Amino acid sequence: MDQRREGEVSPAKNHTVVERTSDCELVVTRTVNGPARLVFEAWTKAELFRRWWVPKSYGLTLLSCDMDVRVGGQYRLVFRHEDSTMAFFGTYLDVTPHARLVWTNEEGDAGQTVTTVTFEERAGQTLVVVHDRYPSKEVRDAGSAEAMPEAFDQLDELLASLGSGAETR
Amino acid sequence: MVQYSPPHFDASFGALSDPTRRGVLEHLGRSDASITALAERFHMTVTGMRKHVGVLEEAGLVSTEKVGRVRTCKLGLRRLEDEAAWIDRYRRLWAARFDELDRVVDELKREERANGPKKRR
Repeated sequence: MDQRREGEVSPAKNHTVVERTSDCELVVTRTVNGPARLVFEAWTKAELFRRWWVPKSYGLTLLSCDMDVRVGGQYRLVFRHEDSTMAFFGTYLDVTPHARLVWTNEEGDAGQTVTTVTFEERAGQTLVVVHDRYPSKEVRDAGSAEAMPEAFDQLDELLASLGSGAETR
Repeated sequence: MVQYSPPHFDASFGALSDPTRRGVLEHLGRSDASITALAERFHMTVTGMRKHVGVLEEAGLVSTEKVGRVRTCKLGLRRLEDEAAWIDRYRRLWAARFDELDRVVDELKREERANGPKKRR
């Protein structure tokens, strides 16, 4: 993994890297220009989290965002997109301040996705690694059809228009 | 949270993990070919090639059609494109999220500076 060194800090946006590490796992890596305690705060305080989790360009409204960030605590996010609402919810499995967060994603009937986020501070910057483990192929294929609202097509369009500013690979 | 499951996530990439299968795809990208011709081209038995083509077919990367006694293989690119597109969408979602997160963290840093840092070193 290519690591940023001191002196490389620039006002330009840092690079977001997505890697597939196995059949059912995706890893997102990104350096954030700030200490781990502040980055962790932005991931664990609902009033901060809701400001960045759904990018403004996506046309989704976050109606509510409840996060009980402790082991066994629940989160629940409710979105509105045009006439439909969708809820996303799950349970925190691990909460290690400034270092690690693990939660499940349980809204599908078809099995859980487990997300593990680690925060590693280096020279005032924080390397954030988001690891998603999807359920098995069958579960995933079934789940994706159900969990995907009709809004998906519109999201596609929005995403396509997001193109500028995002490097391809 | 807002997550979309990747379609046919594993099959395609398992299929692409093998150099012979990648070679077959490359070859079929230029022209359709029978299993026998592919076997000759890649110096292997027809049975061996049939297995590779089976894996590619299962992943939706290749389609085959039997005409008479000859099974012709051609590229079935659609799912590969779907998958690449899915990954790209996913990356863009995260890039956009992190760009917004940068703003939140910048603000927290400013606040901390304004309120005096709580240094513990």
